[in-house]
Amino acid sequence: MTPEHLPFLQQLMLMLAATALFTSFVLLEQARLTAAVHAFAWQGFLMAMITILVAAGTQHTHLFFSAALTLGLKALLIPAMLHRLIRRLGLDRHREVLRHPVVVIMMAVALVIFSYWLVLPIIRQEFNFTRNIVALSLAVVLIGMLMMVVRQQAVAQVLGFMSMENGLFLAAVSATGGMPLVVELGVAFDVLVAMILFGVFFFQIRDSIDSLDVDRMSRLTERDDET
Amino acid sequence: MSWSSWLLATLQALLYVALAPALVGWVRLAKARLQNRRGASIVQPYRDLFKLFAKESRMAHTASYVFRVAPYVVFVSTWLAASAVPLFATDLPTAAIADIIVIAGLLALARFFLALAGMDVGTAFGGMGSSREMFVSALAEPAMLVAVFTLAMSAHSTNLVSVVNFQLLDESGLRPSYIFALAGMILVAIAETGRIPVDNPATHLELTMIHEAMILEYSGRHLALMEWAAHVKLLLYGALLANVFWPWGIAQDISLVGLFFGMVTILFKLAILGLALAVGETVLAKMRLFRVPAFLNLALLLSLLGMLSHVILEVGA
Repeated sequence: MTPEHLPFLQQLMLMLAATALFTSFVLLEQARLTAAVHAFAWQGFLMAMITILVAAGTQHTHLFFSAALTLGLKALLIPAMLHRLIRRLGLDRHREVLRHPVVVIMMAVALVIFSYWLVLPIIRQEFNFTRNIVALSLAVVLIGMLMMVVRQQAVAQVLGFMSMENGLFLAAVSATGGMPLVVELGVAFDVLVAMILFGVFFFQIRDSIDSLDVDRMSRLTERDDET
Repeated sequence: MSWSSWLLATLQALLYVALAPALVGWVRLAKARLQNRRGASIVQPYRDLFKLFAKESRMAHTASYVFRVAPYVVFVSTWLAASAVPLFATDLPTAAIADIIVIAGLLALARFFLALAGMDVGTAFGGMGSSREMFVSALAEPAMLVAVFTLAMSAHSTNLVSVVNFQLLDESGLRPSYIFALAGMILVAIAETGRIPVDNPATHLELTMIHEAMILEYSGRHLALMEWAAHVKLLLYGALLANVFWPWGIAQDISLVGLFFGMVTILFKLAILGLALAVGETVLAKMRLFRVPAFLNLALLLSLLGMLSHVILEVGA
């Protein structure tokens, strides 16, 4: 079956899912924190749109609620909180330079291929509406994890964590038509609480090591030979 | 193939050469208007070429035959590459060589001689320009080839005419791979034709120029040929983007109405693309040379994502 035989709704959904994967790459590579938060907000927005399309295409009406929840929480509330945090921490103009951008990008591409290979047996079971989006959502999860590994900035690592959550949400929506509403509400609340806790942690980390560069935490001695 | 289709193919090849300065003039005019200048008329590039052809051509003492031959090789191979790209009709005898890899090869030949000519005289600027040109093109070429392979995988052929025909058949296909490949191709086209975020075609500023540095030693008809080849290359990339991604309107059979309609639509599409280029050049600033790898890395990433989304979303399952 080739794409031109699919209904328009489904083509649009595939398009949005591919764009969501692209925002994952943008998050991974973006040096400016403010721009990275914008990319994260766009990813949340795309997740909400995909959920609406799945809801419209599969008659899982409860998905409309989770779409609204995602839109409000991940596209608006959490990015707004992050922006506020970044302003208060004075990181508006902070730039974090990745050490080997090309290597990191190629690792992420390899992760996409790996996740495709991983879901091949699942795909044979035939998801009618969402097709291969499971592979993309797994890739979003893995890229979020890669982001937590390669980034040194604590705020960027939190962005990676949040985008992992986005990937899991996309997997749930595309593979099983969403989680039960109770679970979804619970997860959304958890993410919100995590966000608030992270905010507290940022200030704690900054107070104790005077920076949000997490690499400094792996040094044991108190001697400050850099300054 | 009858004689009339060969006639049309010849007409198309001549049109590439004839229209190319007009496109450049149009981009310059649009850019001038956007910057609140009156700007030169759209035929100014023709006047410049005419002036250069009338002038005497001077050679440096150290120039070898490579320097003398290069303008002709560059012009002819760029022209040959251009005449293979369908402009207003697909059903032409040149379709047989309209393979994207052939076109990339011909353009690489032109670039090779351009770089040789830059180094031949032995001035510092020429060598610097050549090394920068090779630096940019070595990074741009993989991105371009991956984008092309993405298209070729959908159409099951690397022939441009098949790609165009496939795109025309495929009516409501909203393909993520095409969107990514288009974005990658646009970035590559900007880098390859030396437009603003990568190279500034309007200045002779020593520290930033790439293309201008290589042709600094040329004068007279040689310079005219080099400039003209650059114009043809811009038109080639414009026609490639317009016809591969929005082929609607191109003449698929040889009839008077179809050909006329194809001609009007391609002129319209090129005018739009030229306008978009002028807006882009006005909005963006030129990048530092060492930011260019990041730019072309993005192009490669977009093309790779195009290919991956083709494999994952469009073929699999």
